[in-house]
Amino acid sequence: MNWDWSAVSDFMPDFWKGLLVTLQILVIGSLVSFVLGLVWALLMRLPTRWVTWPVGAVTEFVRNTPLLVQLFFLYYVLPEWGLTFSALATGVFAIGLHYSTYTMQVYRAGIEAVPVGQWEAATALNLPLRRTWTAVILPQAVRRVVPALGNYVIAMLKDTPMLMAISVLEMLGHARLFSQEHFQFTEPLTVIGVAFIVISYLASLLLRALERRLAH
Amino acid sequence: MTSGLWELVLKGVWVTIQLLVCSALLAAAVSFVVGVARTHRLWIVRFLAGFYTEVFRGTSALVMIFWVFFVLPPAFGWQLVPLWAGTLALGLTYGAYGSEIVRGALNAVDPAQREGGIALSFTPWQRMRLILLPQAVPEMIPPFSNLLIELLKGTALVSIMGMGDLAFSGNLVRLALQESAEIYTYILLIYFVIAFLLTRVMRGLEKRLKAGVGKKPDSKTRAPEPVVVEAVR
Repeated sequence: MNWDWSAVSDFMPDFWKGLLVTLQILVIGSLVSFVLGLVWALLMRLPTRWVTWPVGAVTEFVRNTPLLVQLFFLYYVLPEWGLTFSALATGVFAIGLHYSTYTMQVYRAGIEAVPVGQWEAATALNLPLRRTWTAVILPQAVRRVVPALGNYVIAMLKDTPMLMAISVLEMLGHARLFSQEHFQFTEPLTVIGVAFIVISYLASLLLRALERRLAH
Repeated sequence: MTSGLWELVLKGVWVTIQLLVCSALLAAAVSFVVGVARTHRLWIVRFLAGFYTEVFRGTSALVMIFWVFFVLPPAFGWQLVPLWAGTLALGLTYGAYGSEIVRGALNAVDPAQREGGIALSFTPWQRMRLILLPQAVPEMIPPFSNLLIELLKGTALVSIMGMGDLAFSGNLVRLALQESAEIYTYILLIYFVIAFLLTRVMRGLEKRLKAGVGKKPDSKTRAPEPVVVEAVR
């Protein structure tokens, strides 16, 4: 194996550009998944089967099919329906939607973990339903699930390279482009491999700290 | 869609299933070896197994696939057949996730069971084979079932490397028909059906294994655990 440090330094400018895009995808994708997941979780609590059944079926379907094919679906089918978005926007939406089906289960567990006494107290205080949710249940439920949500953010980080398949230039996309131009595959691919390990390790340290803070 | 195109899709299904079976077997082997090694009494064995887990869980499966396809051949001078390259990348990555399941289930066995084995002067290998594993394995099935679904979704990644799996055949049909909604819907449905069948099979397996140790299967389906890197405590 021959390792060429000059290839690493040549790749670095591209690497930073890719890293920035990866982090963008991660941040916006997480926000989409947090919001959509909460929406699914709340819809699943509605008393009517006409809502819970379709929502349950759709989220189950999205969770059990590959993100890559979902990306292709959105990237190629939406324009046929007359909706054209940039590759980045499509990718961020797809990854957010995919992970919302996971975060939905996290929220569900969090909501179910709020003690029954809290519901009863809200009823006793004659709080309207809206206030019960926004002031009593959700603040306690969300606080409980922050660490679990964080875990999915780290999992999402490791799925961002898939966006390369729909021509988004994130870290892996830049690495592939660089390899093809300079015919050096080893260095860029190893650099981003190590970068993923480092970022997810740092993120897990951060998460652990957050978890400790929330515990008090 | 013409029958020729359907044939293409069927070939894709076959490649996906081959890849799924091969990489699931490799991943299972890796998870048991690494997972058991993480409960070993020598710290160096524990450390190496932990290091393996952190490295392979920390990086992205797709980056790993690129690495196996592009970096291994020039580095070691041998080229793998795409099916084996895909198997290797997926098996090693998902094996690292699986090793955490094995370790967790082994640690969850009542310590009195292990102590009983020591009191009866079983060798460590006999303890593992006759006492710990028969009790731990049924507990591993539900998380392994989730991991298997993740692995199925992961097999779609090899299509980026040009392997003719289900996702790849979808792309070919799209190019042939110049129309994407129909074919991608079919492809997603096929993946969903495979995933559904896998969960059924795993649930049956769980029932059988748990009956063997006098337990009942979990009534509730659990949310899949996120598969993440853990900071060393």
